[in-house]
Amino acid sequence: MAAGQLAGRQFPSISHLTVWTVMDALILQLLNGLDKGGAYALIALGLTLVFGTLGVVNFAHGALFMLGAFCAVTLQNVLTISKKVKDESITFFDAYKETPYLEIWWGDTGAAIIDWVVPISIILAIPIMLAIGVAMERGLIRHFYKRPHAEQILVTFGLAIVLQEIIKSFFGANPIPTPAPDIISGSANIGMMLGLGESLVYPWWRLIYLLFAGVVIFAVFAFLQFTTFGMVVRAGMQDRETVGLLGINVERRFTIVFGIAAIVAGLAGVMYAPILPPDYHMGMDFLVLSFVVVVVGGMGSLPGAVAAGFLLGILQSFASMTEVKAILPGIDQIIIYLVAVVILLTRPRGLMGRKGVMED
Amino acid sequence: MTTPAIRNDWAVMAIFTVAVLTAPLWLAPIGANYPDLLQKFAIFGIFAIGFNILFGLTGYLSFGHAVFLGVGSYTAVWSFKLLTMNVIPAVILGTVMGGVFAVLIGYVSLRRSGIYFSILTLAFAQMSYNLAYSVLTPITNGETGLQLTQQDPRILDGPAGEGLPSTTLFGLEMSGYSGFYFCAVMLILAFYISLRIFRSPFGLKLQAIKSNQTRMKYTGFNTKPYLLVAFVISGMFAGLAGSLMAVTDPLAGAERMQWTASGEVVLMTILGGTGTLIGPLLGVGIIKYFENIFSALNEATLHAFFSFMPDWLANVMVAISSQFVGEGWHLTLGVLFMLVVIFLPGGVMEGIRRMTAAVRNLSKQKPTELEPKEAEG
Repeated sequence: MAAGQLAGRQFPSISHLTVWTVMDALILQLLNGLDKGGAYALIALGLTLVFGTLGVVNFAHGALFMLGAFCAVTLQNVLTISKKVKDESITFFDAYKETPYLEIWWGDTGAAIIDWVVPISIILAIPIMLAIGVAMERGLIRHFYKRPHAEQILVTFGLAIVLQEIIKSFFGANPIPTPAPDIISGSANIGMMLGLGESLVYPWWRLIYLLFAGVVIFAVFAFLQFTTFGMVVRAGMQDRETVGLLGINVERRFTIVFGIAAIVAGLAGVMYAPILPPDYHMGMDFLVLSFVVVVVGGMGSLPGAVAAGFLLGILQSFASMTEVKAILPGIDQIIIYLVAVVILLTRPRGLMGRKGVMED
Repeated sequence: MTTPAIRNDWAVMAIFTVAVLTAPLWLAPIGANYPDLLQKFAIFGIFAIGFNILFGLTGYLSFGHAVFLGVGSYTAVWSFKLLTMNVIPAVILGTVMGGVFAVLIGYVSLRRSGIYFSILTLAFAQMSYNLAYSVLTPITNGETGLQLTQQDPRILDGPAGEGLPSTTLFGLEMSGYSGFYFCAVMLILAFYISLRIFRSPFGLKLQAIKSNQTRMKYTGFNTKPYLLVAFVISGMFAGLAGSLMAVTDPLAGAERMQWTASGEVVLMTILGGTGTLIGPLLGVGIIKYFENIFSALNEATLHAFFSFMPDWLANVMVAISSQFVGEGWHLTLGVLFMLVVIFLPGGVMEGIRRMTAAVRNLSKQKPTELEPKEAEG
């Protein structure tokens, strides 16, 4: 901001200024929390969808999130397959640089495609995740409907380990940077937009992620609420047997539901790749938290999962403020689990749990 | 289900004791007779036996059992630092602290059951792990891990000599085979306690809770104290195992409390056979043994192994199998684990039972023998 502009405006008093900085910090943390909450909510949504319809506790759901992120990584690797090309700008000696084939063939268009790899992989990820989800349901999960929850947890836990190790053997153990497109890799000056002052800036991509999470959540709810398919699924969540007796092939619909849950988790992963460079254990890291989110929201309640996701995300980011940490050291590390313990002990079914779901 | 064919507990104990004490001899042919691995067998054996008392008898699946392991380790190392290098106080204090933590966590977690219990224990475990890494650094030494130093007071030991002292049992150094035998004695003790619990009315009550807790409650039976006692006992076993880890290697790090460590003990118990006496030990043996073998393999050894094949086939085999060894050991573990849960939910013990039943049927040629059908599905 230019100095002349500043001079033209009345300077706020000192106390006024501190109020604004505190406000800025709070808004920033709120956005951070919503962002994190968006990821939790998306994963927890799929987890709850699967649990509510299929009655399966899926510990491999975090792995689906990770696979989604690696869709973006794979596409990036494929698009940037390069060959050595003589660098014309250096004339003193023969210099070579790696140039992706796409750039050689299509010039600037190719470069732009590589730049926009993450948004493009969204389109790629949808069919891939659907296929993975359906294969998982048909191949493994289906045979565990009637088994005890403990065995479901264990077998999906094993599957999660297998998936994560396969990814590790292909992509290595290090996080792989997957940047967002250049044009939106900067920060947005939200303060200016909302008229709240100058210091409030926030990365564009995170804002987009937040918007994206909102859209996906809305789409899933609309799908379940306003389509015939959704109606059948909801009826199946209430009483599977009766729906089956009405001559509807519930099993088949539930397979598709599992596929949808996989897509949601995968998309969350794709979009999260620029925020957190994907590595093979990101699924496990998020899984534990998402499970806590689902349980806090109430097993089998979709709005509960979303609400709890955002709530815990926001609480976590507020707890990581230096002011809060000064009063309660270490609170940022444990806040989510602490909240989970308190809620489970005071509200056994979680925030919005349905009666009769998973009660002993 | 838990009553094997051998009725005489003393015979079981005698066989078990001899088997454990002679382990260095009969494990020699498979190359598993060096002290490091034997110590691991014994320590994780205690951990799994304790976990089995909770999960096998009551059916409560704790996903945070590694907390007690970590607490036991930290306590033992602090005992080495502050009191004496003698292992007796360390082991006792570690076990007690494991129990204290188990009382606190169990009291809260056991108010819920099923998956909620699992999540609560997981939450406590993650809290402890995160705190050990961050705020509690003065106690846990954070990422570096708690270690012995030259400046430690060790008030019972008197002035320290040159270099770092090693753990002792009244002068006997706890490294190599002496370390293993100390752990082995603890394992035998733990197994004896577990055997007594399995055979006692208390154990029967725990099994009744597993099969139908609601009915137990309706008959006017307060299940809560029994569950808590089972939880605390298994926490103390874990604390003991943790302190033994510190005995064999005086170091304690927060990663011992991570939920993957909790997952590992679940895995071992399931693999061997939940709710059986020997099962968890078999699971520990299988996992730790193959972990050792598989992580040591590399492509060169694989090439040697497949050298009898034609070259192209050998290369293919090496390419495939190299994914499963060395760094890829966890992949093998995951696959193995899935196969066991899918096809053999009762673990190795159920496999053995099925096989003996099949052999018996074969020899009697009477397929309709009155065999108690149990553990189906």
